[in-house]
Amino acid sequence: MKVDLNTVKKIAHLARLEFDEAGAEKIKNDMTQILDWVEQLNEVDTEGIEPLTTMSSEVNVLREDEEGEHLSHDRALSNAPQKDSDYFRVPKVLE
Amino acid sequence: MLSAEIKDKYELVVGLEVHAQLITKSKMYATDSTEYGSLPNTQVSVLTLGHPGTLPKVNRKAVEFAIKMGLACNSEITRKNIFARKNYFYPDLPKGYQITQDKGPICVGGEVPVTLADGVKKSIALTRIHMEEDAGKSMHLAGEVDTLVDFNRAGVPLIEIVSEPDMRSSEEAYAFLVEVKKLVRYLDICDGNMEEGSLRCDANISIRLKGAEELGKKVEVKNMNSFRNVSRAIEHEFERQIDLMEKGVEIISETRTFDATTGTTASMRTKEDLNDYRYFPEPDLSPVVVSEEWLESIKIAMPSLPRELHHKFVHEFGLPEYDAGVLTDSKEIALFFETLCTHTNNYKAASNLMMGPVKSYLNELTLHIEDFPISPEKLASLIALIDDGKVSFSVASQKVYPEMLQNKDKTPLEIAQQLNLIQESDEGSLKPIVDSVLAENEAKVAEYKSGKKGLMGMFMGQVMKKSQGKADPKVATKLLSEILDN
Repeated sequence: MKVDLNTVKKIAHLARLEFDEAGAEKIKNDMTQILDWVEQLNEVDTEGIEPLTTMSSEVNVLREDEEGEHLSHDRALSNAPQKDSDYFRVPKVLE
Repeated sequence: MLSAEIKDKYELVVGLEVHAQLITKSKMYATDSTEYGSLPNTQVSVLTLGHPGTLPKVNRKAVEFAIKMGLACNSEITRKNIFARKNYFYPDLPKGYQITQDKGPICVGGEVPVTLADGVKKSIALTRIHMEEDAGKSMHLAGEVDTLVDFNRAGVPLIEIVSEPDMRSSEEAYAFLVEVKKLVRYLDICDGNMEEGSLRCDANISIRLKGAEELGKKVEVKNMNSFRNVSRAIEHEFERQIDLMEKGVEIISETRTFDATTGTTASMRTKEDLNDYRYFPEPDLSPVVVSEEWLESIKIAMPSLPRELHHKFVHEFGLPEYDAGVLTDSKEIALFFETLCTHTNNYKAASNLMMGPVKSYLNELTLHIEDFPISPEKLASLIALIDDGKVSFSVASQKVYPEMLQNKDKTPLEIAQQLNLIQESDEGSLKPIVDSVLAENEAKVAEYKSGKKGLMGMFMGQVMKKSQGKADPKVATKLLSEILDN
């Protein structure tokens, strides 16, 4: 599958990545190669086979509704690039 | 303002998406507390904050709550549930994706029946109900350069109830929301408080010319924090879209936010203009399989639904639709009334007592029926006094009942006796009163006999007055007419 530069641009935006011209060209080729390789899977006949959604055959790994461990307020905020005594601070998202 | 004539050319089409926060103790995929109103960022875990190396685990109760809602709406329950990642970047979502359901929501189809003000019944079809997690809360304070984020809410279990575009007026949308709120409260899965955000609603609104098959471009309106605001937003959008259409301006499919102070909507300009959620199956969660056994155990534990009680009140108790509607408005009142009716057969008197004196007492003191000082049994014994002809309904509700509220130890009969309220229903004791009333009003008696039958009320009033309200009206009427009409 051929990936074009517009697709690279779109995917990069969604992933919040930035590429210069040379980088975009390189990633475009990489992505094309990756997709081509994965496309080999299309050779397998999957008629009538349910899609695989998890690698394990386990089902119903459920928790009872009980409170458990959580982080202290200070530890929760400790890795935040920006914070105040109560909140995580992030660049303003809404004008 | 649009003329009614122009407005009449168009049809409004509304579909609603309702998010209901489930009242579980812990979050959807993590064990943090879900309590409302705690200090910011105190109910968070490594999972909630999206730290690497963490694994989610599904809260069984949240799944059961979602199934309950589906059963209440006659949806089909999906037996094999998988979860999906909805990918987007926003600061209130630390993982970079929301764990939700995409293909194969836990409840498929179903309906919510509504009754409109004019008594017309309509069924609003549901597309689906799926399980997901809430996001954190971002605050964009005026004068603040940053956005502040609190993750206490992140990961709280939600169900999203998605309707078909079945509503044709703001009134229908309002009725739908009222019904959904009633359902989640009867099921005890969500507190239904829209102001606090435990019930949230987005509206998909479009218009089309009457008779047109094709749906118009839909506009999604957010940020309406009350039922009334939902209906205001719908009204506003209807007019705004007609106005555009009439001017030949294209309606664009967009997300708009409702401003409660102006009653208008405005386009939401967020920095994310490209929405592509790239859903894929959540690899960290194994499927949830709903076995026949599990489903059966949930069905057995289902409480009575408002429509079931409504049906019972109308068809078994013979009450008017109106009464049934008022009595099933809240689950607690409905259940209290149901219990009351196991102690009396005078359902209409029971309903009148509930809708009148009981409700006004609760409203006045802003109490819930749980705090009501009179037990259903005792209230039933008050009704028995009426049935036995010992007191009239008005004496029961205006004199005995207030005393019962004050005095929990006495029976209604004791109160009625103490206050000397027991009705004179034996003819022997009433006869002298009737006679003296007639003797004192000879002129009126003559008028009555010559055809002024309307005077009967005046005689009754006099009898009641003389008996200090204790005359049984039925017996008094009988005695009066025996003398006057012969």
